[in-house]
Amino acid sequence: MTAPSAPAPALRYRASMPVRELLPIAIFLGFALFPLAAAFGAETYLLDLFMRVMIFAIAALGLDLLVGYGALVSFGHAAFIGIGAYAVGILAAHGIADMSISLPVALIAATLFAYLTGAICLRTSGVYFIMITLAFGQMAYFFASSLAPYGGDDGLTLHARSTLFGLSPFKHERLFYYIVLACLIGCYCLCRALVVSRFGRVFRGIRENATRMATLGFEIRRYQLAAYAISGALGGLAGFLLANATDFVSPAYMSWQRSGELIIMIILGGLGTLHGAIIGALAYMLLGEWLSGLTENWHMIFGPLLVLIVLLARGGLLGLAAQLRSRIRG
Amino acid sequence: MAEAVLRLESLHKSFGGLTVTSNVTFEVAAGELHAVIGPNGAGKTTLINQISGLIAPDSGRIFFAGRDVTDLSAPARAALGLARSFQITSILPGFSAIENVALAVQARTGSSFRFFGRASGEEALNMPALAALDEVGLAARANVLAGHLSHGEKRALELAIALAMEPKLLLLDEPMAGAGREESQHLIAALSRLKGRFPILLVEHDMTAVFALADRISVLIYGQILTCGTPEAVRADPQVIAAYLGEEME
Amino acid sequence: MSLLVVQILNGLQLGVLLFLIAAGLTLVFGVMNFINLAHGVQYMLGAYLAVMFYAITGSSFLALVFALLASLAFGLFLEFVVFRHLYERDHLDQVIATFGIILFLNQAVKYVWGAAPLSLPIPEFFSGSVVLMQGLTYPIWRLVIIASGLAVALLLYVLVSRTRLGMLVRAGANNAPMVSALGVDIRRLFMVVFGFGTMLAGFAGIMIAPILSVEPGMGDTILILAFVVIVIGGIGSIRGAFVAALLIGLADTLGRSFSVDILRLVMAPSPARTVGPAIASMLIYLMMALVLYFRPTGLFPTKGR
Repeated sequence: MTAPSAPAPALRYRASMPVRELLPIAIFLGFALFPLAAAFGAETYLLDLFMRVMIFAIAALGLDLLVGYGALVSFGHAAFIGIGAYAVGILAAHGIADMSISLPVALIAATLFAYLTGAICLRTSGVYFIMITLAFGQMAYFFASSLAPYGGDDGLTLHARSTLFGLSPFKHERLFYYIVLACLIGCYCLCRALVVSRFGRVFRGIRENATRMATLGFEIRRYQLAAYAISGALGGLAGFLLANATDFVSPAYMSWQRSGELIIMIILGGLGTLHGAIIGALAYMLLGEWLSGLTENWHMIFGPLLVLIVLLARGGLLGLAAQLRSRIRG
Repeated sequence: MAEAVLRLESLHKSFGGLTVTSNVTFEVAAGELHAVIGPNGAGKTTLINQISGLIAPDSGRIFFAGRDVTDLSAPARAALGLARSFQITSILPGFSAIENVALAVQARTGSSFRFFGRASGEEALNMPALAALDEVGLAARANVLAGHLSHGEKRALELAIALAMEPKLLLLDEPMAGAGREESQHLIAALSRLKGRFPILLVEHDMTAVFALADRISVLIYGQILTCGTPEAVRADPQVIAAYLGEEME
Repeated sequence: MSLLVVQILNGLQLGVLLFLIAAGLTLVFGVMNFINLAHGVQYMLGAYLAVMFYAITGSSFLALVFALLASLAFGLFLEFVVFRHLYERDHLDQVIATFGIILFLNQAVKYVWGAAPLSLPIPEFFSGSVVLMQGLTYPIWRLVIIASGLAVALLLYVLVSRTRLGMLVRAGANNAPMVSALGVDIRRLFMVVFGFGTMLAGFAGIMIAPILSVEPGMGDTILILAFVVIVIGGIGSIRGAFVAALLIGLADTLGRSFSVDILRLVMAPSPARTVGPAIASMLIYLMMALVLYFRPTGLFPTKGR
C-alpha cells in the first residue's frame, strides 16, 4: 500500500470559496493583460520571460496533481518536459516540423514514459518512491546526453518553430504568448475538473487513507498510475511549448536540479491548490530573474531563502497570504 | 444447510518465529452474527487482516461467497461484498461524513475512472450515503468534516461506510474499542438492528456486547481456535473459563 | 587482461568512495528519517578544506587532520542551525531545505575559492605507482583509498555490531521513537550519528581531492550515486550500503569501459558505439529500478514492524 513518506503536512492550505474562484481568474487576467504593459518595456525579453513562466506553470500543475493531491513526491518530473521537448527536436532534425505530428508525438511519448516508469515506481512508497523517480529522471537525462546525432550534451538548436499545416502561429511572439496562455488555462480547467471528479475523489481519498480505500474496493495502484500518466502528459505539453519558445532542446531540461525546481515552485505557491502551482512558478522565476540581476552570487541569497520558507511559511505564499488576512481581520 | 458465507480452512500465519494464526478453521453461516473472542495478542486482528486481504496467510484457504478468495487482493474482495471496520478508526478525516460514505457507494456503482463531473453532487451516490448515515444516527452530521467528529461518531461513521457497501459479510474489528458506556449501548442497539440483514463476523473484547449479540462464539487463544459454539455453551466451557473468561467475567 | 584488472581496481575505488558517502547518508536517513541532500556538499567541502589547509600548513598529514576536524565542526554547525529543525518535518520539506543548502554552499564555495578547479598534490609517501603484475602498474594513492575505505568499513562493522553505541544506532534505525521511549537521549544519539556521517563524507572528499579536480558542484553527481547506493542497499543498513556501493562502483566503471565491447558481441560496431555509452550511463539506474521492482525496500531492509 502506498502511503505518504512521512506525516502529511500539518497545514494544508484550503482557500475560502471566493478566493478559490477569484484568484485564478485574477491570475489569468493578469497574464492576459501583461503584453500591454510589456509594450512599455523590454517587450521581447518580458514576453519571453512570462511565456516561460506559463510553460513551467503547466508542468507545475501536473506535479501539484501528484504531490499536492496524491502525496506522490516525484523527483523526476523534469524528464517529461525533456521528452516533450526532444520529440519536437528529433522530429525537426528529420524535417518534420508540423505540430499536428510533433504535438501528439510529444504527448504520447511523455505519457508512455510516465505510464511505464510509473508502473515500476508505484511499487514503492515513501522515500524509495522519491529516489526511484529521481533515478528514472536521471536515466532520461543521461540517455538524452548520449544522443550524439541530436546534439548530445550540447543540445539541439531548432531552426524553425513548429508549424500548423503551413502556418507559423509560433513565429509571432504575441500570438504565441496567447496560445501558451490558452494552454495554461485549458490545463488548469482540466486539472480542476479532474480533482472534483469521481476519479479525483478516489485519488484524494488514497492520499488520506490508502488502506481504507483499498478495503472499499479501489485498486490503489491503478488510480495512482492514471494520475501519474496524466501528469506526465502535462509535462510533455510543457516540453513541446518550451522547445518552441527557446528554439533549443537540451538534456539540461531534464536534470534533477530542474526537477527540484519544479517541486520548489509548487511548495512556494502553496501545495495542493492548483493555482498555487502557477503562483509558485511565477514567484520562483521572477525571483530568480531579479536576484540574478542583482548579483552573480544570487544563489547565496536564494538558498537560505528556500530554507527559511520551508521552516517558516507553511502553505507557501498562499498560506502566508491567508495568515496575513486572518491577522488583519483580528 | 445453507452454504457458509465465509469459510476458513487451516489458515496459518507466522511472523518470523512467532506463530500468530495456527491452523484456524471455522465458518460464518448465512445470516448469523459470529463473534470471535480471545485475550489480547491472540491474533484476532491478524485474522481479520487475512480475511479482508491486507495480509497474506502462509498457508490455508479462505472461501467467501462460494469463491476461493485466498489469492485475491483486498480491493477485489471488497468488490465481492466483504466490508470491514477497523479497530483504530480508519476514515478519511479531510472529507465530510457524507463523502466518506458516498465513496463506499461509488466503489460499487459504476466506474471511478470518470474524469469530469462533480462527484460530490451526484445524487445517485449521496442518497444511499445519507440513508446509511441515517441508520447509524449521523444524518444530521452529514456535512461535518469527518476529522471533526467525536470518537463515538467516527465509530458510527465506520459502520455507515461498511453498510453503504451493501456487504455480503461484515467484518467488525472491535467496534466497541474505546467507547464509553453510552456509546457502547448505542452500538449494541445498532448492531442488533443489523443482525439478520447480513452475516457479521464480530471481533470483540466487550463481553456484554458479545453475549448480547452473538449467535455463535469462537474463542481464539494463541492463534488457535479453542472452541466454537453457542454463547451458553462457551460461557460454561471450563477450558474457556480457564483460559480467558475467568479473568474477564468477575 | 591488465585493462580488466585496472578497471576492477578503479571500480573498487569508486565503490569504496561511494560507501564512505553512503554510510553517513544511510545512517542519518535510517536513524533520523532525514533526507539530507546536502550530504554531497559535505563531501565537496572536505575536498576544499583539504586544499585550503594544505596551502596553509604545507603538510599533507596536517591538512588531513585539520580538514577532517573542520568538516566535522561545520557539519555539526549545520545540524544545530538548520537540520535539527527539520527532523519532524516531512520528507518534502527536508528535500527543499537541503536543496537550498546545496545552492547556497555551491555558490559560497565559488565565492570564496573561485570557480576554477583546484588541485591537491598526492602525499609524497604515497605518490607514484606500484607494479602489481607483469605489465600492470597502478597508482599507490588509489590503493590507499581502497585500503582506507575497507578499513573504515571494518571499523564501522565493529562499532555497529560490537559496541553499545552501535547497538543504539541499529535500534534507532529500526525504531527511533521506541529507543527514545526507552530513555536514551535521542538528541545526543542523533548528533553523534550525524557528526560521524559528516566526517565520513568529508573524509571521502579529502581522500579524493588529490586525484579529482576540486570544483563547485562536485558533490552533486556523487550525491545522486550515493542515494542510488542506499536505496539499493536498503535505507539504514550499513551492510547494504557496503554491498551496494561496491556493486555500483564496479558496474558503473566496468560498464563504461566495456559496454561498447560487450555490445559488439551482439551488434555491429557503429550502433554499438552510440548505444554503448548510453546504456553505460543509465546502467546503475536500471539496476536500481530492477532491485526496487523485486525488493521495494532494498536488499537489506532495516525497518521493523
